[in-house]
Amino acid sequence: MIIQTIMFYVLAVVTVGAGVMVIASRNPVHSVLFLILAFFNSAGLFVMMGAEFLAMILIIVYVGAVAVLFLFVVMMLNINFAELRAGFLQYLPIGGVIGIILLAELVLVFASGAIDIEVPTNVASPTPPADAVTNTQALGDVLYTRYAYLFQGAGFILLIAMVGAIVLTHRRRADVRRQRIADQVARDPKTAVQVTDIEPGAEGTWKSD
Amino acid sequence: MPAIEQTVRSLLLTELAVGLGVTFKQIFKRKATLNYPYEKGMLSPRFRGEHALRRYPNGEERCIACKLCEAICPAQAITIEAEPREDGSRRTTRYDIDMVKCIYCGFCQEACPVDAIVEGPNFEFAAETREELLYNKEKLLDNGDRWEREIAANLSAEAPYR
Amino acid sequence: MAEAGVWSTYFYPLFLTIGYILAIVVPLMLVLAFITYFERKVWAAIQLRKGPNVVGPFGLLQPVADGIKCLFKETIVPAGANRMLFVLAPMVTFSLGLIGWAVIPFDEHLVLADLNVGLLYLFAVSSLGVYGIIIAGWASNSKYAFLGALRSAAQMVSYEVSIGFVLVTVLLCVGSLNLNAIVEAQRGLWFFIPLFPMFVIYFVSALAETNRTPFDLPEAEGELVAGYQVEYSSMTWLLFMMGEYANIVLLSGLSVILFLGGWLPPFHVEPLMAVPGVVWFLLKTAVVVFFFTWTRATLPRYRYDQLMRLGWKVFLPASLAMVVIVAGALHAFDWLPR
Repeated sequence: MIIQTIMFYVLAVVTVGAGVMVIASRNPVHSVLFLILAFFNSAGLFVMMGAEFLAMILIIVYVGAVAVLFLFVVMMLNINFAELRAGFLQYLPIGGVIGIILLAELVLVFASGAIDIEVPTNVASPTPPADAVTNTQALGDVLYTRYAYLFQGAGFILLIAMVGAIVLTHRRRADVRRQRIADQVARDPKTAVQVTDIEPGAEGTWKSD
Repeated sequence: MPAIEQTVRSLLLTELAVGLGVTFKQIFKRKATLNYPYEKGMLSPRFRGEHALRRYPNGEERCIACKLCEAICPAQAITIEAEPREDGSRRTTRYDIDMVKCIYCGFCQEACPVDAIVEGPNFEFAAETREELLYNKEKLLDNGDRWEREIAANLSAEAPYR
Repeated sequence: MAEAGVWSTYFYPLFLTIGYILAIVVPLMLVLAFITYFERKVWAAIQLRKGPNVVGPFGLLQPVADGIKCLFKETIVPAGANRMLFVLAPMVTFSLGLIGWAVIPFDEHLVLADLNVGLLYLFAVSSLGVYGIIIAGWASNSKYAFLGALRSAAQMVSYEVSIGFVLVTVLLCVGSLNLNAIVEAQRGLWFFIPLFPMFVIYFVSALAETNRTPFDLPEAEGELVAGYQVEYSSMTWLLFMMGEYANIVLLSGLSVILFLGGWLPPFHVEPLMAVPGVVWFLLKTAVVVFFFTWTRATLPRYRYDQLMRLGWKVFLPASLAMVVIVAGALHAFDWLPR
């Protein structure tokens, strides 16, 4: 048990520390790398809770795809950071006020007893017992039965967003000659080579396509 | 019809398979590698390798210091100095070839009226320093003595075509 | 008494696990070294050459000589490079090439960690592979390295999508993410027969994922010198190469598990059944690795736009369609795994 406790605190501290460094580090590439570190440690926390499916999905989706694109973009941007940080103090008061309001709200919510920590155990949960099925299966059982429509709806929204992004950014340019691989592959000697019998000295009849 | 045939063929990746087949067949063919330096390729009698100064069978050096080779050398790699010997014959006192400058065109060999300077069949004369490639008369004569048999055979093989 | 308890609950399993890890990693390193020899011999044979044959009998000590050469060279960190990330990148690549082996079942019960989500774990590891390259490209502070890293990032992310769909079809046929269960499910019929198109897509995507010819654009020497590894030398370069080869062997092993029946013998007849499963697994992996080298000796490099077209416009729709077809067939004929 002690090992688990130590592991939890190590992972949690590194997660929080990496999270702070995401904001604090001067170089945006370092920020993204710290973000990745935070993702990793959160995945570790998931594993410790016995949710290995979520941990793997977190790594595959966030670290393997999303953060790569972040890194991709950040690396190619040439941002002047001094300029970016110039307005920092100017926005500090309003940012601080928003933060304090949020904190106050959270404190109020918890203090008022609106959230009962015992509630989740009392509500009839659709989750099957952890020892009966693997959590992958448990997740699937819930997602594709009780929440099937919501799940499919979320999928459609993402699909529409993706299609929308492509439609908005894709443009057909008239001044670019595009390669049509199928046409190239379909060419054979009959269409590609033309044998012409030309009289010596005569004006040649040269058909070109 | 050809369109369908084309589609089927590209779906089945036949061309990839044929290409892989071609390369796979090569594995069992006889290797073309020569295991240099234990095996060496055939050299033509006209091969132009390291230079050598030849001697007559009685041991007298052939070169008469006519300086035709020096004159024709396009890289100006040859330096000759000459003066009459005690017996009155005209011989070189200095015959240097800068092998770093030399382009191995063989003009010196063509120009020589007495077949003294020749390019032998030796091509393995790489050296560790630049200085070792500045050949003097002694080195060239030494080469001539060492490679005389091969050089003579090559010259006689080429004689009918000259 | 308490000391003994600590020993048996914590340290004994720890040392045991370290022992298992060494038992996997040490032979793996040897295999990685000799794969370079194997590859050079195969390419040589295809190009009618003899390949390395001077160092040791049949040139067998060539990888050792190469390794020693790399060890004794100087690690040069470019002046403009980000020192820390520059050194970190090859380590990331190399360790990612190794950690995947934790879940590979070499035989029925011969696996370090029998994860329930073994397949997802491997997919996660392979999707992380891009980091070593992209960090190397950025930290080198060199335009060739950077361009190579950008190409590689785009390429690996693109082909991961089709690999993901290939994995999904296999999952549909098995009903488990556990690699042992996937192998067990192929007792009757190896999956590469019913799922042959997916096998081809998987293999080609694996080529792209490991940056191998015909998809070795990140290191296209004609344009980018050596891509993301231009600035690397000596040990750091060696780590990159080892990581790359570890990845190749890992993906070959994964394809054996997914499509070629893992440690199962090809026919259930007596003399073949007697051979231990490890031998079958390694033999099949070696055949897939041979395919990797064979394609490299056969095919020229793709152009970048062709690569992207193949990934997004050919493989993605094709693998998506196959997922639908396989799922439909499983449902229609009631072949779903229980």
